[in-house]
Amino acid sequence: MHKGGRIIAFAAVFCLVVLSPFIVNLANAAPAPEASLDTPTINALSQKECVADAAYMRDNHMQMLDEWRNDVVRAGSREYESASGQVYEKSLDGTCLECHSNREEFCDSCHDYAGVQPYCWECHDTAES
Amino acid sequence: MPVMRRRDFLIAGAVLGAAGLGLGGCSSYGGSAQESAGGEAGRHWGFVVDVEAFREKADLDAICEACHSAHNVPRIDNPKEEIKWIWGEPFEETFAEYANEHMGESLRDASVPVMCNHCEEPPCVRVCPTRATFKRADGIVEMDYHRCIGCRFCMAACPYGARSLNFSDPVDYLETVNSEYPVRTRGVIEKCMMCADRIDKGLMPLCAEASNGTILFGDLNDPDSEVSRALEESFAVRRRASLGTGPSVYYIVKGGEQRA
Repeated sequence: MHKGGRIIAFAAVFCLVVLSPFIVNLANAAPAPEASLDTPTINALSQKECVADAAYMRDNHMQMLDEWRNDVVRAGSREYESASGQVYEKSLDGTCLECHSNREEFCDSCHDYAGVQPYCWECHDTAES
Repeated sequence: MPVMRRRDFLIAGAVLGAAGLGLGGCSSYGGSAQESAGGEAGRHWGFVVDVEAFREKADLDAICEACHSAHNVPRIDNPKEEIKWIWGEPFEETFAEYANEHMGESLRDASVPVMCNHCEEPPCVRVCPTRATFKRADGIVEMDYHRCIGCRFCMAACPYGARSLNFSDPVDYLETVNSEYPVRTRGVIEKCMMCADRIDKGLMPLCAEASNGTILFGDLNDPDSEVSRALEESFAVRRRASLGTGPSVYYIVKGGEQRA
């Protein structure tokens, strides 16, 4: 094989370069974030219950917030009834952050891990940022 | 068999195309201004302002402060970038068509409170390309700040100058932030929202509450409301009503000697 050795060597170098981000990340994989529920308001609750169950909220809180903001601003509908029959105000500042007052340990820890930068905080809850 | 000439074919095509454009243009034009969502249908919230009660600038300052501090409206001194929800204008600028050189001192000195007029036919709603601004069923012209792209069409369309653009981050100009109300961000238009959130909770707008009765608030459709009775008793004018915008803010001008 004419120049076969060189081709294989450069193919190996090429693969290494292409895979380098994955290899670097394998070495320093960040630990999965632990969303902290340790806030005074949550600790004071007799029944620790969110507006929907935790698995649903983890997957769909962004869709729910989007619906809430359209409901409140555009349709004037301000009350949300959860599956358990409890009625909540549709409010990021007034309802979500009332319980989850630890934004850095709750919201930001996961958003940072996932590399998402929601622009909620440009207008909401600005006093703390 | 008759054969269509090239010339006839082109003319027919142009006529069809023009007809299609005209129809499409009309339907999208009529739709946006009619859109209404939220708020109690059948209501028409409005203000009645007693112009001559605002001879002292301090009276108005307290009202503006109540509004601006609650809604996180920044104080920017540069007039090209300032943000205003409610402010004072001289009578001759507020009502150019009624002002004259012989009018009394009470009018000449008045600092007339002006704000968004929450028009019945709001031109800002008609031009907004993202429908970020819209009219509720109860007559309030509201903003959805999430949708605003800062194009400033509404600023150009509003004949009252009631809209301001955040040219820079407004938080830099706020001394204190009221955490109960969101702030806005750079590149977003803002204006008076008639305290729609308070109205939904059964409360009066802050300016009416802080005014000690010089700015009345109520349902213009209800003949027994405070505003309807005030309008029945006195002659009132609206700003630039001849434009056909149908402002919901009325100004009572009684004449100085009646008051003395």
